[in-house]
Amino acid sequence: MIFGYLSDHRAEITTWLEYHAWLSALPVLLGLLISLPLGWLACRYRWLYGPLVTIAGLTYTIPSIALFVVLPGLIGTKVLDPVNVAIALTIYTVALLVRVVADGLSAVPDDVAQAATAMGFQRLQRVISVELPIALPVIAAGLRVAAVSNVSMVAVASTIGVPELGQLFTNGFQLSYFTPIILGIVLCVLLALTFDTVIVLATRALTPWRRAVKTS
Amino acid sequence: MIHDILTFLTTSANWHGPDGVPARLSEHAEYSVIALVIATLIALPLGLVIGHTGRGTAFVSGIANSLRALPTIGLLIFFVVLISPHIHGKGDAAYLIPTEIVLVLLAVPSILSNTYAGVQNVDPAVRDAAKGMGMTGIQVLFKVELPCALQLIISGIRSATLQVVATATIAAYVSLGGFGRFVFDGLSQQDYAQMASGALLVAVLAVAADLGLALLQRAVVSRGIAGRYAKSGSRRFSGPANAPGAELTEAEFARI
Repeated sequence: MIFGYLSDHRAEITTWLEYHAWLSALPVLLGLLISLPLGWLACRYRWLYGPLVTIAGLTYTIPSIALFVVLPGLIGTKVLDPVNVAIALTIYTVALLVRVVADGLSAVPDDVAQAATAMGFQRLQRVISVELPIALPVIAAGLRVAAVSNVSMVAVASTIGVPELGQLFTNGFQLSYFTPIILGIVLCVLLALTFDTVIVLATRALTPWRRAVKTS
Repeated sequence: MIHDILTFLTTSANWHGPDGVPARLSEHAEYSVIALVIATLIALPLGLVIGHTGRGTAFVSGIANSLRALPTIGLLIFFVVLISPHIHGKGDAAYLIPTEIVLVLLAVPSILSNTYAGVQNVDPAVRDAAKGMGMTGIQVLFKVELPCALQLIISGIRSATLQVVATATIAAYVSLGGFGRFVFDGLSQQDYAQMASGALLVAVLAVAADLGLALLQRAVVSRGIAGRYAKSGSRRFSGPANAPGAELTEAEFARI
């Protein structure tokens, strides 16, 4: 039944899947790029930590559907423009990651940082090649949460007419028809698991020293 | 835009009748409170048992994580299509029950993972001391572990509350009430002010609920546990700062 539906609607479902993947992945990358320097600032200048984390917490109270519909008025896009979804999710990702990055960087042992300085690392160099790699597992844990919840949040955007996998839910709802709904849930979960696996594997590849410790 | 929202919110007609802000507020609060009470009744005892015995931690954190991957809107529509044809009469029940199921599923992971993480993070020396004083397992759980874990448990309930209040908005998509009505009605009527006002009201409700729970947290968590000793009589207020991150970091970091 599901496979029949899938082959009948292959073209549009593929389009929705691609769209959904882009709308959930791009904000994670953008959010990471923005929150790395912000998190570093919050770790370096402790007085910034409180305000930044408070603002991030408040941002997270805004419901995603609300942000999708309010953003157009703030930045002058069209109500149904998918850009709103991407920007909203980037904001959520930053809100989640700033704290994680700051905590991860703060957890780098002081003697390691000092050893790096003693070896002649400049400040920026030390952050990039010593502190970030050590904080990577913590940041990756935050990234996994962001990526997985983004997939779910993108689906909400279908209720306001943005074309992605959530369309399967709204279509199924209008027809009281289970097949597209189940297919949509399965595809969303698979997409989330794919992102999760990619992040886990990338973390493993980037932190070979952790495996060396575990096996010994 | 701010002007439009203000106009909407200061129009007297929008504050009366079954479509008015107070009526929508009580619906939104009702959906959220029912879900949170049920979720707490499920997750709190389960989390205490798991934290106390240390059994099933990996299993439960796996479940909690996969629940997060389920698309909320998809689940909601799935349960509506599944359940509502079998419920007749009884007002909103046909849509209320599916909505509550989804909201409970959303709230359980945060409360559950914070509860067991809180119990497990209790200093083993403290637990040993309690046993050494002759406390039984149950006494250790309720007199030592629960009070020590209370800070984290309420943090879990706070982040669950944020998620539930925010998500109760989509109840309006399946024809229920709540502030989501303003969002979806505004969308279909191309009425931006109504939409934005609905969004703002949800955010305000979420922050208000969070503040309320923060005060509760302050009142019930022992000052010794919260680290609020009478230093100089200065009152430090821990606002919503540790709200959403607390659950994530605790649950996620526990796995690293």
